[in-house]
Amino acid sequence: MNKYKEKAFQTVVYIASLLTVFALLALIYGLFNEGLPFFDTVSIKDFIFGNGWYPTNSEPEFGAWTLIIGSFSVTIGALLIGIPLGLGSAIFISEIAGNRLREIVKPIIELLAGIPSVVYGLFGMSFIAPLTSKWLHLDTGLNVFSTSLILGLMIIPIIASMSEDALSNVSKSMREASLALGSTKMECVFRVIVPAARRGIIGSILLGLGRAIGETMVVLMVSGGSAQIPKGIFDSVRPITSTIAAEMGETVIGSLHYQSLYALAILLFIFTFLSNLITEIFILKKSKNE
Amino acid sequence: MKTKIYIIALVSMIIAALNLSAASKNQITCTGSTTVLPIAQAAAESYMDNHPEINISVRGGGSGVGVAALQNGTTDICNSSRPMKSKEISVAKAKGINPVAYAIANDAISIIVHTNNPIKDITIQQIKDIYTGKIKNWKALGGPNLPIVAVSRDVSSGTFEVFNEKVLAGAKVEGSAQLLASNNAVLSAVSNTPGAIGYVGLGYVNETVKLLSVNRVIPAVASVKNNSYPLARKLYMYTNGNAKGEVEKLIGFIQSEKGQKIVEEQGFINIK
Repeated sequence: MNKYKEKAFQTVVYIASLLTVFALLALIYGLFNEGLPFFDTVSIKDFIFGNGWYPTNSEPEFGAWTLIIGSFSVTIGALLIGIPLGLGSAIFISEIAGNRLREIVKPIIELLAGIPSVVYGLFGMSFIAPLTSKWLHLDTGLNVFSTSLILGLMIIPIIASMSEDALSNVSKSMREASLALGSTKMECVFRVIVPAARRGIIGSILLGLGRAIGETMVVLMVSGGSAQIPKGIFDSVRPITSTIAAEMGETVIGSLHYQSLYALAILLFIFTFLSNLITEIFILKKSKNE
Repeated sequence: MKTKIYIIALVSMIIAALNLSAASKNQITCTGSTTVLPIAQAAAESYMDNHPEINISVRGGGSGVGVAALQNGTTDICNSSRPMKSKEISVAKAKGINPVAYAIANDAISIIVHTNNPIKDITIQQIKDIYTGKIKNWKALGGPNLPIVAVSRDVSSGTFEVFNEKVLAGAKVEGSAQLLASNNAVLSAVSNTPGAIGYVGLGYVNETVKLLSVNRVIPAVASVKNNSYPLARKLYMYTNGNAKGEVEKLIGFIQSEKGQKIVEEQGFINIK
């Protein structure tokens, strides 16, 4: 009977993992199957480096360059906000806070990860954007700055919790050695513990980057949706994800416009794939070294 | 013992599922434009109150989604805020679907600005110049020295397509114009931005923004019906072939006096 149970258990988990791999393969197949025919009509060079995104015009243009720049500008802005705050929280939780404070702060930061992105989007659209435009006397609050602010907030829990794991994993002997040599707490943290945990920290940052570049609801609602190269952080942009989300709903299935949105999705898939690959390499290296 | 309970649960679930599929003969699905959505929803609720045996499910998604669902035969009614394009009709015909249009309401694409903006009237040419980037400051229209923030709907929305045809005449929207995903997003952006101009369906206009007259005509019941308002449009429901049975009754209800009252309650204009 027990042997039978054991066998059944193995089969179930085997099937589960197979299904997961299958789901990913199906996703990739669907993406490329719908998107690749697009490149029969538009060259990859025109697609990536073209400047005009006018998919429904009578003479349609499919230049995704402004959209790519849009995605990267808000992602970089998000990292500029998310890295210091996330890493700071991680150091605080792991090195400075006492046990009781840690038990309070950690779940609060992790709660940030549980809030649905549409709620962040609403918050940004109806609260942050009017506030930034009023305080900074801008023409519009729907811009790179507001978007980065919200995206930065969203990636804090990813960076904080993963970096905290990495920091806590630094062996006690290193801390003790550094303190015994007469370093202050700050020197110990920044000269010894953070460098020792750097692979985990970089991994967390790359995961945060993946999250920020793939985020859709927030950028759809807060970035303003102007297909232009931003001249400053107070210009509106139109990231790739919000373009797909906004236009997919009303495009004619099978048309060139429809295929172009899949081509954008392929582009996004490649970006996320690369950032995950780099993360994986860093984490794999780490486990080999130890 | 436990297995028995599982089997009973399973069997009863299967019976329930069979029951559901049997009941679906009285099921009407209605998919498409988000502009038509509030009308379709309110009308469906009212219709179901009087016909409890009918179950109407209403979904949004956008005119394009509704058209695709009609082409694939997965919806009974396709809501559309624009006439179907000739290419969409030919694709439908190739699949053996014959789209028939029923106008169910009149709407006006309403030009809105921030409440502090002193401008009252605008011409079609001026709107075109704003959206194509020729006019960049309200000063050029006799307003304050304030940069214009042009707010538009996404280039694939049904509302944009009507705007594109009647105002832009195919010209390209300037890259710096903000493209937002819904009527509500446009409304919220314009109400928060002193220099903004945008356009939404008449049903969405409220006191948070200022409604402009276009070529000196204010979008209202009379001006939309006699077509003197230049941005008037019709909202449609499409069916495969002439509507039959319960679908015909439902569309008839929406076109009836009672149904048109619902249209007005939702902020749109009747077709009578």
